[in-house]
Amino acid sequence: MNEYVKIFLSSMLIDNVVFIQFLALCPFIGMTTDVQKANGMGVATSFVMVLATAVTYPLYNFILLPLGLEFLQTLTFILVIASLVQLVEFYLKKSAPALYSSMGVYLALITTNCAILAVTLNCISKSYSFTESIVYSLGSAAGFIIAMVLMAGIRDRIRLAKIPAFVKGTPVLFVAAGLLSMAFAGFSGLIK
Amino acid sequence: MNKYWTLFKNGLMRENPLLVLMIGLCSSLAVTTKFENGLGMGLALTFVLFMSEVLISLLRKLIPDSIRIPVFIIIIATFVTIVDLLMKAYMTELAKALGVFIPLIVVNCIIMGRVESFASKRTVGEAAVDALGMGIGYLWVLTGISIVRELLGSGTFIGMTVLSEEYTIAFFSRAPGGFFVFAMFIAASRAFRLMAEKKACAVQMKNTLLTEGEQK
Repeated sequence: MNEYVKIFLSSMLIDNVVFIQFLALCPFIGMTTDVQKANGMGVATSFVMVLATAVTYPLYNFILLPLGLEFLQTLTFILVIASLVQLVEFYLKKSAPALYSSMGVYLALITTNCAILAVTLNCISKSYSFTESIVYSLGSAAGFIIAMVLMAGIRDRIRLAKIPAFVKGTPVLFVAAGLLSMAFAGFSGLIK
Repeated sequence: MNKYWTLFKNGLMRENPLLVLMIGLCSSLAVTTKFENGLGMGLALTFVLFMSEVLISLLRKLIPDSIRIPVFIIIIATFVTIVDLLMKAYMTELAKALGVFIPLIVVNCIIMGRVESFASKRTVGEAAVDALGMGIGYLWVLTGISIVRELLGSGTFIGMTVLSEEYTIAFFSRAPGGFFVFAMFIAASRAFRLMAEKKACAVQMKNTLLTEGEQK
């Protein structure tokens, strides 16, 4: 049990997907214009992230590995993620239209979200067990939502600040992200 | 000839994928702690971009429109796997340093974006020139960032020690430094563009004033 808590905390805070690993910066910059949007994107991404890990892990260990096809890892994973996103989209459209209308816009963008592919690949390269992989993906997903919501909140404040013309817009966002990343680096002492 | 030159130049500055279009950011910040890593990543991406754009431009009339995205992904993933395996075989250290970011080229928005918006509509020559321009545009920003971070973070310049350890700032070789240096790069390019615009504006005003004066 302790092991799982450790994996969860370290993937959520210490190795935060956005601030420490530099993954998923495109949605981090593009979708954090307001808190609600950031939250929607975060939840949709997390959903696909956990689902993708649950699918790719058995796929790698029970199909690719016995057949000696490890080199097809990247290719199969990205195809699985892309089709998974499509399936989720169809399913939500049919069964939960309300959820779909709030999440639908983001789903299409998720295929090219590098955090998802990276998390599935990391689970394999760290040789986690199935449960550990799921815990790891849950932690990363939580870290992603935290990052998105934090950034959206900060952006609300930045809008009111007086900033020189050439730093306005994206540069100041990256400075803010750098400061947040410094704060997250402080978590590294949490687990020995 | 001139047309190709403009296309090529486009990617270098005016439509630089990192500084202006803001796509494909993840890899550019994560790997730029050392000059070799930045250069290696830039070359890997340029190779994949070039090969995919050329191949997709060649096949653009054969690929059915409704399934074009999966086809693009398969083509890109194939070239990424080639690069990944080659690097692991011949440049073990570099492959280790770049880690997961080589397979992540598959989902790099630069490649998908250029393939979808450019290569699938234009001729092979144009696609090749565009790929080179975009690739080199990515490459120079990457090497620029990594030179700054390496110099300030670990005191070396392309592997040679320049600053002694007392003067280095570990901040720059860690994650926050990546964000910060990149912010400065965008700010600098923005300031440069603002200055150029102002200058162009001033010249234009001067010209209109002169012509008005002549008319009077």
